[in-house]
Amino acid sequence: MTFLARFRLATLVLALLAVAVAAPALAQKFGPDGAPNPTASVTSQRELLQQVPRITGRIDIPDTKAGVLIQPAGRTWDYFHQVLLRWGGAIVILGTVALLAIAYLILGRLPISAGRSGQKVVRFKAFERFAHWLTAASFVILGLTGLNITFGKAVLLPLVGPDTFAAISQAAKYVHNFTSFAFVAGLVLILVIFLRDNLLEKVDIDWLKQGGGFIKNRHAPSGRFNFGEKMVFWLSIAAGIAVSASGFLLLFPFYGTDILGMQLAQVVHAVTAILFIALILGHIYIGTVGMEGAFEAMGTGEVDLNWAKEHHDQWLAKKLAGEGRAEPTATPAE
Amino acid sequence: MARMKFLCDADRCIDCNACVTACKNENEVPWGINRRRVVTINDGKPGERSVSMACMHCTDAPCAAVCPVNCIFPTEDGVVLHNKDQCIGCGYCFYACPFGAPQYPQVGNFGTRGKMDKCTYCAGGGGPEAPGSAAEFAKYGSNRFGEGKLPLCAEMCSTKSLLAGDGDIIAQIYGERVRKRGYGSGAWGWTTAYHNDVGV
Repeated sequence: MTFLARFRLATLVLALLAVAVAAPALAQKFGPDGAPNPTASVTSQRELLQQVPRITGRIDIPDTKAGVLIQPAGRTWDYFHQVLLRWGGAIVILGTVALLAIAYLILGRLPISAGRSGQKVVRFKAFERFAHWLTAASFVILGLTGLNITFGKAVLLPLVGPDTFAAISQAAKYVHNFTSFAFVAGLVLILVIFLRDNLLEKVDIDWLKQGGGFIKNRHAPSGRFNFGEKMVFWLSIAAGIAVSASGFLLLFPFYGTDILGMQLAQVVHAVTAILFIALILGHIYIGTVGMEGAFEAMGTGEVDLNWAKEHHDQWLAKKLAGEGRAEPTATPAE
Repeated sequence: MARMKFLCDADRCIDCNACVTACKNENEVPWGINRRRVVTINDGKPGERSVSMACMHCTDAPCAAVCPVNCIFPTEDGVVLHNKDQCIGCGYCFYACPFGAPQYPQVGNFGTRGKMDKCTYCAGGGGPEAPGSAAEFAKYGSNRFGEGKLPLCAEMCSTKSLLAGDGDIIAQIYGERVRKRGYGSGAWGWTTAYHNDVGV
C-alpha cells in the first residue's frame, strides 16, 4: 500500500468515527420504507441535557433571555447561595471577629511606647479624610444591606416578623443600589490620592523583617504607609474593583450578559464582599481599639509626634524637614 | 393530596402559542410579562421540537430556597406560590430558576425590578387576599384551581401536548402515548424539577 492510500484509508476511518460519534446528536428514526421519519426523529431531552449545560432555542417574544428553556445550573447556584455562601460567609466573618478578639486579648492595645509628646503633626488633610470617610460610610451601609440579603432571613426575620422584614429589605435594596455610586466615587478618590504613597519600596522589606511593629523593642521602619497598610490599600482596590464591576452587572441585569453571566456576577460579588468585609474588620480593629493614637489620624487628621516616630519614622523625618521643624527628643517635654 | 405538575409532550407541540395567549388572557398578565412561553429547539433542523414552558412548580423549589425574604412557598398540592406584598424584586429567583419562570415588571431606574410575577398554576396568589377575590385577581390573576379547575393553558391545548394535573396521572398518560407511538423526547425538565423522570 502506498503512503497516499494509507493516508486515504486513515481519513476514511476517522470520518466514519466522527459520524458514529456525532450520530446520537441528530438521531434519525427511519420509517418502514427506510426513509427518515421526521416526526419520530426524537430529540431526547435527557440526552440533550447531557450534551449542553443549557437547552436554548428560538423564542417568539423579544425577551432574548427567555430563549433559555432549561438551565439545571439554577439548582447549582441555589446550592452556592444557600449552603456555600451562608456557611462560608458566616465562618469567615465570625472567624475574623474571633481572631481579632484573640489578638486584643494577647496583644492588648498597642501603646505609644514613649508616651504622648503633646506635639501634633498633620497626617491626613481634610480632603483625604473626606475621601476615606465617604468610602467608609458607604462601605458600612453597603455591607449591612448586603449581608441582609444573605443572612437577614436567618437573623433578622425571626426577630421582626415577615412583613416588617420585607419592608426593611425592600428599603435596604434601594439603599444598597444607590449607595454603590458613593462607594465607587470614594474608591476612585482613594486610588488617586493615595496611590503614590502605596507603591512598594525597599523599606517595606525591613518593616517585615522587624515583625511589622508587633514585636516589642524592635522598631519597624516605614514611610507614609507601612507594608501592612499598603496591603490593605491594594487588597481594597482589587476587591473594590471586583465588587463594583460585578455589582454594576447585577444593577443592570441582562444588559450584555446572560443567565450564566448573572449567576457568576452574583458569586463574584458575594465572595469578594465577604472577604472585603473580613479585611476591613481587621483595618477597623487596628485603626481604633488595636492601637493607641491611630484613630486620630483619620479623626482629627493630626497624630502625636511620638506615634508618628514609632510607626512612620521616615515619613515623619521628611515631613518635619519640609516644615522646617526639628525632630522631637526621645523623652517627652514634661 | 395530589402532586400537581406540568408535562409538555414536545412531539405534539405545534408552536401555536395558544397556551401563551390563554395564560395572558385568563390572568390579565401585563405587557412585557410572559408567564408561559414556547421555545423551539433545533429550529429548521432535523429533530426540531417546540416546548411550552412556565413555572414547573418544582420539588425543593430553588426559587423558594434563595428568596431573601422567604416569600415563595409550596402549597400542599405542590403548587409554588408567592406573596407579592413581601417580594422586594431582587431577581434572585430568576437566577435560581432552571426554567426562566420568574418575571419582573420594570418599575424604575437601571434594571430596577418590581414585584416578581410568575405562573401560579391558575391557583391565585400566596398573599393575604381572600381566594377568588377581586383583589387576588388584580395581583395574581385567576384562581381556577380554587374552583376545582386545572390551568387554562393545558386545558386549551389543541393537541393535548401540554398536560396539567396530578403528576402520577399525567406521567401515566404520557407513558402510554410513548409506548403506543414508539417514540418520545421525554418529559421536559422533569429530572431538574421533580428529581424523577417519566420511565418510558
